[in-house]
Amino acid sequence: MSAATQLAQLSPQIHTISLFVNNAPGVLVRVALVFSQRGFNIESLVVSPGAEGRFARMTITCSGESEVLEQIIKKLAKLVDVVHAIDHTGDLAYETEIALIKIECPLEERTAILQITEHFKARVVDYGADSMILQAFGSSEKLDALISLLHPFSIAELVRSGKLLMARGKSTT
Amino acid sequence: MDIQEDVGRKLPTGGEKIIQCLEREGVEYIFGLSGGAAMPLFDALVDSKIQLVLTRHEQGATHMADGYARSSGRPGVVLVTSGPGATNTVTGLLTALMDSAPIIVLTGQTITPMLGKDAFQEADVTGITYPVVKHSYLIKNAADIPRIIREAFHIATSGRPGPVLVDIPKDIGQGPCDAPFCDEIDLPGYQVTTRGAPEAIAEAARLLRAAKRPVLYVGHGAVISGAGKAITTLAEKLRAPVVTTLLGKGAVDETHPLHLGMMGMHGTAYANKAVAGCDLIMSIGGRWDDRITGRLSDFCTDAVKIHIDIDPAEFNKIIRPDVSILGDARLVVEDLIPQIEMADTADWLKQCEKWRRLYPLKYPKQGGLRAQHVLDRLDALTQGEAIITTDVGQHQMWAAQFCRSRSNRHWISSGGAGTMGFGFPAAIGAQFANPDKKVWAVVGDGGFQMTFAELATASIHNLPVKCLIINNNFLGMIRQWQEMFYENRLSGADLEGNPDFVKLTQAYGIKAFRIRRPADADRILREAHEYDGPCVVVAEVVKEDNVFPMIPAGASVSEMLIEKPKHTLPKPSGST
Ligand SMILES: Cc1ncc(C[n+]2csc(CCOP(=O)(O)OP(=O)(O)O)c2C)c(N)n1
Ligand SMILES: [Mg+2]
Repeated sequence: MSAATQLAQLSPQIHTISLFVNNAPGVLVRVALVFSQRGFNIESLVVSPGAEGRFARMTITCSGESEVLEQIIKKLAKLVDVVHAIDHTGDLAYETEIALIKIECPLEERTAILQITEHFKARVVDYGADSMILQAFGSSEKLDALISLLHPFSIAELVRSGKLLMARGKSTT
Repeated sequence: MDIQEDVGRKLPTGGEKIIQCLEREGVEYIFGLSGGAAMPLFDALVDSKIQLVLTRHEQGATHMADGYARSSGRPGVVLVTSGPGATNTVTGLLTALMDSAPIIVLTGQTITPMLGKDAFQEADVTGITYPVVKHSYLIKNAADIPRIIREAFHIATSGRPGPVLVDIPKDIGQGPCDAPFCDEIDLPGYQVTTRGAPEAIAEAARLLRAAKRPVLYVGHGAVISGAGKAITTLAEKLRAPVVTTLLGKGAVDETHPLHLGMMGMHGTAYANKAVAGCDLIMSIGGRWDDRITGRLSDFCTDAVKIHIDIDPAEFNKIIRPDVSILGDARLVVEDLIPQIEMADTADWLKQCEKWRRLYPLKYPKQGGLRAQHVLDRLDALTQGEAIITTDVGQHQMWAAQFCRSRSNRHWISSGGAGTMGFGFPAAIGAQFANPDKKVWAVVGDGGFQMTFAELATASIHNLPVKCLIINNNFLGMIRQWQEMFYENRLSGADLEGNPDFVKLTQAYGIKAFRIRRPADADRILREAHEYDGPCVVVAEVVKEDNVFPMIPAGASVSEMLIEKPKHTLPKPSGST
C-alpha cells in the first residue's frame, strides 16, 4: 500500500487548499507554522511563482478535522502575506499531479510493468540495465492506483510533485 | 530637489532614515537598550526630537511600550540590539499579541553578509518571533526602509492591533539611504473591514429585540475601538445588564447601575449568574476566552449568541454564534442602536439585582491587613481617575474586583499571556503617555521582582508613577491552587528570601511607604498618591488568603465557589 493510500485510510478527509501569497522570504514559514501549531501534517505542498512575479501560489494538501481546518484557513487568510486562502475540498476543480517512479527490475519483469505503464498512459523516461524510471500524470487518486499496482515490483524511489489545482471557469484558485 | 542641490548633500544613513520615519509617525518616545548592532539607530537618536527611555532590561522596554500604547491608543516603540537583546523581547511580544497591543519592536541585526554565519550576537530573530508577532520584516535593502516602517505602523495599529517586529542589519543602519518617504500602503493581503454587514446587524437587532434576558459582554475590542459610549446607550435602551472581561474593564463605567462587573473565573458571582441565566449573550470585542466560559458544554447552552469582532479568525473558534458581525466594535454598536427599541426587561434586571444583593464581593474584615481592603481603599481614593496597571496573580484578580474602572484605557493588565513582570513597566509606559494623570501599578511581590530594575528608569525621569506591592511573601496564586486542588502540598510557592521592599526601593533613591495595619491604608495611600515623584507602597498583607468567587478552570458557573471550600477539590480540567 502506498503512503498516500495509507494516509487516506487513516484520516477520512484530505483537504486541498490554495493560497495566493506575496512572493517574499519567510512566507512559507509563516504558512507552515499555522499548520504545525494545530498539529496538522502537511501531506503535500507545491509553491510556484504566480502570473505576476510579485505573487506566488501554494497548493497544500493536508488531513484533519474539518472544524480545525476552518480555523486554519482563517488564520492563513489573516497572515499579512496571504492575499487569499481557499479550501477546495469537494470543489470540482481541475487537479493533477506528476509522479516519477524508479523500479528495479530484471528484464523478465519488464513486460508486465510496461503493460501497466501503457494502461495508465505513463511514460518510460529512463531505461537502464537494472532499473527504469516511469513518469505519470493525472489525479492523485490515479497515481495512487498506479503505484499500488507497481508495488509487487521493487519500487526503489518515488517522487511526487504534490497536487496541483486550478478552479474552473470564473471561480478563483 | 534638483541635481545641483543634491550634489554634496550628505545622504542620511539607514539608521537616520528610520528615525526620521518614526518622527513622521509621530513617535515621542523610544523604550530600549543598546548594543553593537543597534548603534547606528541609537546614534541617530542623538539628533532626534524623539526621547530615548533607557530601560534596564529589554522585557521592561516592551511592557513600557505596551503600557504606553494601551493607555493612549498610540503605538509604543522599542529599540534593542541583536541576539540576546532581541530574544529578551519575546515575552513582551507574546504579551502584546495576546492582548492586541500595538507595539513596534526594532531589533539590531548582524551585517547582511554575515547573516546565517553565526556572527557575534546573531540570532534568527524573525524566525524566533514568527508565532508572537502580527507581522515582521527583515530589512535587506535600505531602499525599503520608508515603506517597511510605514507598513509596520499601519499593520500594528489597524484592524486588530498587535506587535510588529522590524529586524535591521547593522550595515543597513550604517549605510546610506536615499529612498523618499512613503505614505502609500500597498498590502493586497491585508484588508480590514470596519463597517458591519447590514444584514448581520439587522439580524442581531431582531434577536436583541426578541430577547427577554439579554446580557452584553464587553471585551478588549470595545476598549480598543472606544465603543464604551455606544454600548452604554445600547444597554440603556435595551435595559440589558453589562458584564466585562478582565481586559474590557473601563469601556463601560463599572459603577453604572446596569454594570455587573467582571465575569469569568474570578468574576463577581452576580455577573456569572447573569451570564448563566441569560437567553441572549452578545460579545462586543471579546473572544470567549476559556477563563470566562469555563466548561464549554455548559456555557450559555440555550442562549442566543451574537459575536462582534474585527478579527474574522475569532468567529467559530470557541463557540458557533447565531450571528457574527465582522467590524469595528464601536461602528457596529452605533449601527445597531437605531434598530433597537426600549425593551421590557424589568423582571430580568430585578433578578440580577437580587443576585447582586445576595452575593456581594466580600472579604474578612478581621485578622490583619488584607489585599482586598487595600485595593478597596485605593478605589475609594482614585475614584476611577487614575490609570491602574496590574501584574499577574491574586493581587491582579483582587484589583480587578475592587478597583472599579470608570473610563476607557484606565485599566491595563496582562490578560491573554498572564505575564508576571508586566505591571510595573506598563505603568511607567502609561505615565509617559499620560503625564497629567495619576498612574498606579498594583503588583505582587513575585512579579515585581521580575522587572523591578525599572525603578531606575522611573527615578531618572522623575516619573510620578506609583507602585503598590501586595506583599504576601508567596506566589499567592500558586499557593491558592495548591491549597485548593493539590491537598495544600506547597511546591515552589513560598517566596522566602524576599528583600525588604522598602529598603530595596530606597536603594534606588525612590520614596517608599509601608502599610501594616488596615487603619493606616487610607492615610498612606493618600500620601503616596499626592507625592510628587515616583514612589512605592509596600502593603504587608496576610500571607494566606484566597481569591473568591472562583470557578475552577474547566468548570461551570454551577460549580462556582463563593468562599473557601471545606475539602480539596478535584484537579481542574480546563486549560492551565
Ligand atoms: C512569567 C510568569 N511566570 C509564571 C507565571 C505563573 N504564575 C501565575 S500567578 C503566579 C504567582 C504570582 O505571585 P505574586 O507576583 O507574588 O502575586 P500574588 O499571586 O501573590 O498576588 C505565578 C507564578 C506567570 N503568570 N508568569
Ligand atoms: Mg505574592
